[in-house]
Amino acid sequence: MRAILIRDLRLSMRAGGGFGLGLAFFLIVVVLVPFAVGPRGDLHSVIAAGILWLGALLACLLSLDRVFALDYEDGSLDLLATAPLPLEALVSLKALAHWLTTGLPLVLVAPFLAVLLNLPIAGYPPLLLSLALGTPALSVVGTFGAALTVGVKRGGLLLSLLVLPLYVPTLIFGAEAARRGAEGLEYTMPLAMLAGITCGTIALLPFASAAVVRVNLR
Amino acid sequence: MPELGKYVFAVLSSYGISVGILIALCAISLIRARRMRRELAEIEQRMRQDG
Amino acid sequence: MASLWEYANPRKFIATSDRVLPWVGALALICLVTGLVWGFFFTPEDYRQGASVKIIYLHVPSALMAINAWLMMLVASLIWIVRRHHVSALAARAAAPVGAVMTIIALATGALWGQPIWGTWWVWDPRLTSFLILLLFYLGYIALWAAIENDDTAADLTSVLCLVGSVFALLSRYAVLFWNQGLHQGASLSLDKEENVADVFYLPLLVCIAGFVLLFVALVLLRTQTEIRARRMRALLARERMG
Repeated sequence: MRAILIRDLRLSMRAGGGFGLGLAFFLIVVVLVPFAVGPRGDLHSVIAAGILWLGALLACLLSLDRVFALDYEDGSLDLLATAPLPLEALVSLKALAHWLTTGLPLVLVAPFLAVLLNLPIAGYPPLLLSLALGTPALSVVGTFGAALTVGVKRGGLLLSLLVLPLYVPTLIFGAEAARRGAEGLEYTMPLAMLAGITCGTIALLPFASAAVVRVNLR
Repeated sequence: MPELGKYVFAVLSSYGISVGILIALCAISLIRARRMRRELAEIEQRMRQDG
Repeated sequence: MASLWEYANPRKFIATSDRVLPWVGALALICLVTGLVWGFFFTPEDYRQGASVKIIYLHVPSALMAINAWLMMLVASLIWIVRRHHVSALAARAAAPVGAVMTIIALATGALWGQPIWGTWWVWDPRLTSFLILLLFYLGYIALWAAIENDDTAADLTSVLCLVGSVFALLSRYAVLFWNQGLHQGASLSLDKEENVADVFYLPLLVCIAGFVLLFVALVLLRTQTEIRARRMRALLARERMG
């Protein structure tokens, strides 16, 4: 299991992997937003939490089509599927690798980018907490979408269309927690809902993803 | 014609758009059904002749 | 005893639906024309909303059918997963565009109604937002069917998507409610008639709802037949190429 995880991580670190892509995209979004909405610091601090969440979500979306595509094309997905490791564990590992290479770096750079957007001091802990709790759900749901479209050539657009509505609950609760935190309001309730969604998706969705991969390899 | 007052645009365009979309949906379904029926009949005919 | 599962046989399904279809279609047409003409010409104005209340005869039935179509697809997907009847998978496929069209009608009439009453075409109200998300689900479902060539693979993948999507659609519903309380009034139809709409509006509305339900049934029967034929044709053509 660890070998597969390390292999996946190494693959994504290589040039053309998803590692730099998500981070660069996140950076671009956050840097360009002030140019688009004008240099008003008060406005930035209002929208900062939402922009950071949106940037993180889109950055996750961007690297999703790499989760299975390479393994599917060179046939190693067939090998992995016949290995003694259950397919459910394999897709969970894939999601974990995706989170370690996109979700986690996003969480780590978010506070630095939040400075650029004038996020109020009170907003930092809820932003970090909500991103740390929410991005695993994005990776797991995204892995399900990637599993659905693995057999489709150039399935990037289809993948985004399928994953978009599935991301809505995570985005709402995550951004709500971050926004309430930034405004100095109580934010435990949305944070708890977000944690619930993440736990639920991690527990249940790998079964659906594995079933879907099995269908696609048939 | 009933008196619609200031809601003429809203009511008429709602009815127009909805009925239009529904008729279009029915027409597309019917046309495609007819075409499939015909093409399938042709193919079955051909298969029977070939053996 | 004749069981429901007999209709899982495509030939039997086509034969029976051919017999039923003209009746359902005619009945749908009668109900729709009666309900809409009644609603449009012969109902009084609402004392608060004026003549704009006439939109209800399109808005409420299409919104109901938008949700019920998804439920029907969910049931059909479950039947496909459990019992592997092709007709069931194809019926789900046939219903999706009809459901999407119902969602679009509900959204369009809602926007046109909202403009004079709320002063805006669109608000990020829970109900409106939920319907927009539902539309995205329909589009994704249809796109997935269209993208995959093998029929059985497509049926399996879309039915899993339908199941997962249903759970997420419910989640979004609650998430959206939590996020914004909204302008939309509560349900205007309920069985305990405490705060129902008045009878003058109620009767034509019921006729319209019956019309939309019958129209949905007729369209799904017709489109399922088409899908069965298309599938058989693809199979025959494939066999021809092989042989």
